[in-house]
Amino acid sequence: MLLEIENLRTHYQTEKGTVKAVDGVSFSIDEDEVFGLAGESGCGKTTLIRTIMRLLPNSARVLADRLSFRGQDLLRLPDREYREEILWKEISLVPQSAMASLNPVQRVGAQVVEAIEAHSSMSRKEASKRTEQLFEFVGLQAGLTRSYPHEFSGGMRQRALIAMSLALNPSLIIMDEPTTGLDVLVQERILRKLAEIRTQVKKKKAILLITHDISVIAEMSDRIGIMYAGRMMESSSALDIFNEPFHPYTLGLKNAFPTIKAPDKKLISIPGSPPNLIEDMKGCVFSPRCPFAIPECDAERPEFREVKPRHFAACIRSDHVEEFRQRAGDKETWTFSKSKG
Amino acid sequence: MTMGSIKDGFVAQIRIITRHKFGIFGASIILFFGFVGLFAPLLAPHDIWETLYTPEGRIAMLRPPSFDFPMGTTMMGRDILSQMIYATRTTVLIGLTAGLISILIGANIGLISGYYGGKLDEFFMRFTDIIYGMPFLPFLIVLIALFGRSIWFVILAICCIVWRTSARVIRAQTMAIRQRQFIQAARARGCSDLRIIYGHILPNIMPLLLLYTAFNIAWSVLAEAGASFLGFSDPNNLSWGGMLYELWISGKIRTAWWWFTWPSVSIVLLVSSLVFISRAYEEVANPRLKQR
Repeated sequence: MLLEIENLRTHYQTEKGTVKAVDGVSFSIDEDEVFGLAGESGCGKTTLIRTIMRLLPNSARVLADRLSFRGQDLLRLPDREYREEILWKEISLVPQSAMASLNPVQRVGAQVVEAIEAHSSMSRKEASKRTEQLFEFVGLQAGLTRSYPHEFSGGMRQRALIAMSLALNPSLIIMDEPTTGLDVLVQERILRKLAEIRTQVKKKKAILLITHDISVIAEMSDRIGIMYAGRMMESSSALDIFNEPFHPYTLGLKNAFPTIKAPDKKLISIPGSPPNLIEDMKGCVFSPRCPFAIPECDAERPEFREVKPRHFAACIRSDHVEEFRQRAGDKETWTFSKSKG
Repeated sequence: MTMGSIKDGFVAQIRIITRHKFGIFGASIILFFGFVGLFAPLLAPHDIWETLYTPEGRIAMLRPPSFDFPMGTTMMGRDILSQMIYATRTTVLIGLTAGLISILIGANIGLISGYYGGKLDEFFMRFTDIIYGMPFLPFLIVLIALFGRSIWFVILAICCIVWRTSARVIRAQTMAIRQRQFIQAARARGCSDLRIIYGHILPNIMPLLLLYTAFNIAWSVLAEAGASFLGFSDPNNLSWGGMLYELWISGKIRTAWWWFTWPSVSIVLLVSSLVFISRAYEEVANPRLKQR
């Protein structure tokens, strides 16, 4: 296992109370695996990345049963050593919104060089050369290293950021919404480039792909995790999530996306909105919006358990899943829950 | 930074200034004064304290501008042209030194305060508030009373006061830039705090910084003129303000218009040139001004 996370909790202390942005997330990523993490806005995806990358503000508290990288305990690793040994050399980041993630008054190449210099003993000249190679590798001309970000299109900036993330040949790349804000054709090209990179590079590369775009996740990932209100709802192989989902939230999400097989099908959205993360939820966080909820759902926090080999779901009623799957495609099922809530 | 990018940056600065007629005007005036100050010993026809005589052997006292004395003479028969040339040197020196040191202090306090926030910010900003409560002239008078008259105390007094405004403005701008995504991204790829402050935030506040550099120099020139007009400057280093002081104590301010005109016009010219240049930068810092 490359990255193992068990029961990770990241809470922000605010004046109004404790915001449980991430509240019990468990998953693991194998070497050479693409793990897709999906969930709606505000479900804690970005906080999760910041926890791994150590970019949290001072108000955050991190607790976990396990947070390890290649068996090394990241919770106990001091910041300095993390910066010197893990950051960018082993775990790198393609940040959210390529448009805003490059310094507007610094040449794009110089920003990649900066990343290389911060983590290796390469000379300025070698680092520049490496940057040019990286640019060509992601499909940008080497001469473009001397351009400023405003001279780049959105797709080019995204490529530059991918080049930057590859700079020190890490084994895990975290991609935060890598295709959001790009048009579909550019998205497609970026995704193809990512797939290409994975086959071309000799060292195994795992990717943690974080997005709210289910179709991107479906296309890229080997395994998928579904997050909701700071908790992991379900995780399994990509095929299983779409073919045999166990959690009602996953079923609801599936309804909200068009499929190529039945383009005329009306999309059904999940009624209600995610809970306020300050409130204490004793039971399942999804139960207020869940059409299949029973009183027991609110009594106790559902365990994130293995419903099938390597398929986990946090639902106490997963033995009724056949009935859920049948009823989930029906619009009536979801309107009922609205009147209840 | 490579040589190439320094050159590019320099060319870009020149372009910002020369985009406007006022900018060109300001830059030429400043270059002119800079040139005069730099080569003062070569340009001045006489020693500034030398008493001059007319061909008939009388002291050339209070002569209006003429062929022999292009800018006239003082009460003691000294050449005003030579005094102006040396006074330019003193004024430019004090203005530049005090202006640059004060922007150095102000920018660093602003950057560090705005970037780190918290207790450090609280400390620096309360300190700035205290400095805001300090009046310039009484402060200078106390300094001079304690240590004697010297241009260095004038520079010190100016530096201690002028940085406060630039510190506050640069702090505010730093706080805004700090929240931008590319700063987060720079931190993510392992840039140190110093690298982020001076490599990422500083270049982004450059137009504002140059604007306040020009302001601070202008303020320093004015403060020096005011202080030396009141007699609180170094008598050995004559400045424009110092010339006006000499005029004032000679009691001839109503009659010797030439003695009055050259230094005062020069002060106004230099300060307004700096303001013109800062206006050119203000358009970069605040592009909305351009549309008017």
